[in-house]
Amino acid sequence: MDWSALFLSLRLAGWTVVILLPVSILMGRFLAHNRFRGKGVLEALIILPLVLPPTVLGFYLLVAFGRSSPIGQIWQDIFGQQLVFSFQGLVVASVIFNLPFAIQPAQRGFEGVAPEVREAAACCGLSPLRSLWKVELPLAWPGLMTAMVLTFAHTLGEFGIVLMVGGAIPGETKTIAISIYDSVQGFDDRGAAMMSAVLVAISLFAIAVTYALSARVGRRLS
Amino acid sequence: MALNVMAKAAGPIALDVAFQVAPGELLALVGHSGSGKTTVLRTIAGLWRPDVARVSVDGETWLDTAAGLCVAPHRRRVGIVFQNYALFPHMTAAQNVMAAMDRQNRQEAARILDLVNLHGLEDRKPAQLSGGQQQRVAVARALARRPQALLLDEPFSAVDGATREKLYAEIIALRAHLAMPVVLVTHDMNEAQMLADRMAVMAQGSLVHDGTTAEVMGNPDALHALGIREAGAMLLARVAEHLPDGLSRLETTSGSLFLPMVAAAPGVQVRVRIMAHDVILSRDAPVGLSAQNILAARITRMVAGTGPGVMVHLAVGEGEILARITRRAADQMGLQTGQHVHAILKSMSVARDHVAQTRTGA
Repeated sequence: MDWSALFLSLRLAGWTVVILLPVSILMGRFLAHNRFRGKGVLEALIILPLVLPPTVLGFYLLVAFGRSSPIGQIWQDIFGQQLVFSFQGLVVASVIFNLPFAIQPAQRGFEGVAPEVREAAACCGLSPLRSLWKVELPLAWPGLMTAMVLTFAHTLGEFGIVLMVGGAIPGETKTIAISIYDSVQGFDDRGAAMMSAVLVAISLFAIAVTYALSARVGRRLS
Repeated sequence: MALNVMAKAAGPIALDVAFQVAPGELLALVGHSGSGKTTVLRTIAGLWRPDVARVSVDGETWLDTAAGLCVAPHRRRVGIVFQNYALFPHMTAAQNVMAAMDRQNRQEAARILDLVNLHGLEDRKPAQLSGGQQQRVAVARALARRPQALLLDEPFSAVDGATREKLYAEIIALRAHLAMPVVLVTHDMNEAQMLADRMAVMAQGSLVHDGTTAEVMGNPDALHALGIREAGAMLLARVAEHLPDGLSRLETTSGSLFLPMVAAAPGVQVRVRIMAHDVILSRDAPVGLSAQNILAARITRMVAGTGPGVMVHLAVGEGEILARITRRAADQMGLQTGQHVHAILKSMSVARDHVAQTRTGA
């Protein structure tokens, strides 16, 4: 059982959620409430990581983050270390491949808030920010919760992209999914079985929490 | 100070309106669906911006496209009751009301909820309230904003008939507390006639007629946009007694009126809507008729429409009623302005919701 890999995965998933929560609120709300030219293209781009083979996405991220790329260069200049094969690089990649899991449910959540309810909030004197806090977030909350739970669980399990962008540096980029693969390769079936069981337990717990929360919200509103 | 509205737009929603509503006055914006009534209301609230528009209230300008001025909806002191109420589903009735207050005050919320007869239901969520109760919460929330203008968008369309009558009575009673201009959007002419002081008729985005309720309802031109069958007059009457046979006797300045049981105590003043096409005229005092109501009347005006009908305006006591008869009948009877006739009205032709209490003092 590779505990350091588990904690690394949990840390990665935690950071991904922290970064994607505000992103999903802003993007989800924007996409839910606005119609504009190119909205379909933007939505398709957000969905793209869902259909691309992880190794393909990982390859492009590797190229984009590499030392010879502008992004990699800038990162190197600012932080004095390279973006690829580092925990930070893993977080950036994780944020990108989780975009569909975070934004889609959030967008559905905000779409569920009736337009006239938002108008009523404005006519009650609530500023856009207060309307978001007092009316929209409490109503769109199940969608946001689903988004974050999916993001968290999905990050724990991602393999291809993590391997491409991060390599498998113990304590830095070797996540639990990679550790399971390594265990199997090294004929450590017991370790692989244990870590797999832990992942199953975490996933089940995450799904149970989402269902319980949305059921509670459903009762609250009906 | 009054509410002044002017709006012009070419499309996608064509508009051409200009009107004023005095403080405490209730203007009904009437017309068929799609005539632009709701768009006018949304313009006042700041939820829609026509090409050219000016909205001011209390001397404060909310919208002036010429000057490039547009106050955001949440900065306008406007109370609005939406057609489907748009209550906040995750808040209780009291929280919904408090959401519209500048400083949340539970006691004040309870007071306003009392005002709309929702005492004891403060902690219910909208889903636990009936349609009529939800409408009352929406009214309470609109009032909690302390609005400079109160806007009602088809507020009675989502409740059943019996509840609607009750809500009419409540709105009429509530008006004693309302000092601001009120705009009611409705396609229901009865509702408009029962509640409004003035009516503005809209058709295809334009204001085609604006006048007092009685004036509009008797004017064939104004009614053109609404359907001439909506023509009718308002007669003031006082409930005299409820009879054991299920009728109520009402006292008017020109005699008694027998109507199906009226939901108001003896002594209460009511407005009775008498549809023009329900009134029969007779030159001689009729005998042997089943109709219970025969009022002595004098013809004050006869207005021929474009069709086969003629609108006869009749003075009955101090009130006026309308009779819409065929031109052929008017010719055969030799009816003329100034003549004394008998106006006949079947008791059963007056629907229950065509009788409403008048507001105190009106």
